[in-house]
Amino acid sequence: MADTKDLVWRAKGGVRRSTRAWRVRTSAVLVAAVVLAVLVVPPLVNLDEQAVDLGMKLHPPSLSHPFGTDDVGRDLLLRCVYGLRVSLLVGVVAAVVATVIGTAVGALAAASGGWVDRIVMRLVDVFSSVPHLLLGIFIVAMFRPGVWPVVVSVALTHWLSTARIVRAEVLSLRSRPYVDAAISGGASRLRVAVRHLLPGVLPQAGLAAVLMVPHAIWHESALSFLGLGLPTHQASLGTLVQSARGSLLAGDWWPTLFPGVFIIVPTLAIAGLAGAWRERINPRRRSELML
Amino acid sequence: MLELRSVTAGYDRAAPVMRGVDLTIAAGASVGLLGPSGCGKSTLARVAALLHRPDAGQVVIDGQPARGWRHRAPREQRTAFGVVFQQPRLSADPRLTLTDLIAEPLRAVGRAPEAAAVVPALAARVGLGKDLIGRRPHEVSDGQLQRACLARALVLRPRWLICDEMTAMLDASTTASLVHVVEEYRAEHGAGLLAVGHDRVLLERWCDGTTHWDDLTGGL
Repeated sequence: MADTKDLVWRAKGGVRRSTRAWRVRTSAVLVAAVVLAVLVVPPLVNLDEQAVDLGMKLHPPSLSHPFGTDDVGRDLLLRCVYGLRVSLLVGVVAAVVATVIGTAVGALAAASGGWVDRIVMRLVDVFSSVPHLLLGIFIVAMFRPGVWPVVVSVALTHWLSTARIVRAEVLSLRSRPYVDAAISGGASRLRVAVRHLLPGVLPQAGLAAVLMVPHAIWHESALSFLGLGLPTHQASLGTLVQSARGSLLAGDWWPTLFPGVFIIVPTLAIAGLAGAWRERINPRRRSELML
Repeated sequence: MLELRSVTAGYDRAAPVMRGVDLTIAAGASVGLLGPSGCGKSTLARVAALLHRPDAGQVVIDGQPARGWRHRAPREQRTAFGVVFQQPRLSADPRLTLTDLIAEPLRAVGRAPEAAAVVPALAARVGLGKDLIGRRPHEVSDGQLQRACLARALVLRPRWLICDEMTAMLDASTTASLVHVVEEYRAEHGAGLLAVGHDRVLLERWCDGTTHWDDLTGGL
């Protein structure tokens, strides 16, 4: 009886392991495809994604237009690729900026300690208590529509969790005896920070940055969908979904479906890869997840 | 001479772990400090090495009062101490190879060029062969790592050695060999030693004199 239980348990574990490997591989392939599409396609095809052809408006998917055309006859496949390019740019830049801010603030708070730490972390709490989409809307509303206000808005609302993670990590590293040994060995503050603390924090910070990319893309889409992000003529995944709203009510499903898929699939693929990375650098968490 | 004058220290000002402790070690002498686990001996060792700021009191190194603690202590005062801690795993940066670990203080004080000559000799002296010193901490045993930590403590030729339960995690033969290295170094350079531990037999054989924590604090 005990034997069969054991066998069932093991079989389950095996299945889970192979699904995980499959998930990681799929994510990697998808992310590679996205990066390739975004970097290679626009310079190669050299087509104008804003070319209007009113005679071709709202054509369903066909061989010449695999994703169909939108309400002014622009090719949706091309619009989606260009939109993905813009959204990915916004997502990556915003995530990197947010991570740099978060790492700097978290490290500063932990390294200073005392009242600096207390004030900075209470400020982080205050910022976190405001829903960050609301705060993001408030920030973009102060500027003219464009790519950079969206980047600033997403970056300024997303560094908080990184600051917390980095602070906790630095606090735990800072009290290790090897820091004492370094001080006793004559190391300056800067040397301790750069040589011993930062390398310990970087994997966590890098992971936080990658995990943030999908989130930043969703935020860009949300802001653009609300009409506050990018100007509507500029293709981004958010503006594409937004401008498709009208035709969806008329029964034309393709201008909404394809940009929607373009939002969901790449972001989930990036999140899948980041998840695998997290399990790698934090094996204990993996064993907890296995249970 | 290393003097701790009426040191009050701890981690909470309202409840210090020691009050008004005096301890003097003559130049080149060795003192063993005995006490049960958790009594505050390690804190005292960290105060002596300028790694923990006491709430009150003074540390005087060869007639010069300590001018700060941790990073605020001038470099030449900090590096007058070689410190070996109880747990080698926590005392070694997991990303550095043993060679880098031992060379780190030389690099920190701007004497990196000396490392190529000094480190292999010192490693051999603490009993680490060529095949071991290229490894990282997780690839060696506790005893081997502690040997590297001792080499790191000696690399700047400190005038004082602070061994905080240095051998508590080690077997008898490694203990003997590390104590031998410390004593050899002290005989050569006339360095003083504060050895903290709970092993009465070891400290009485190792040090010129031993003192018990209760005598130091007046049983408080």
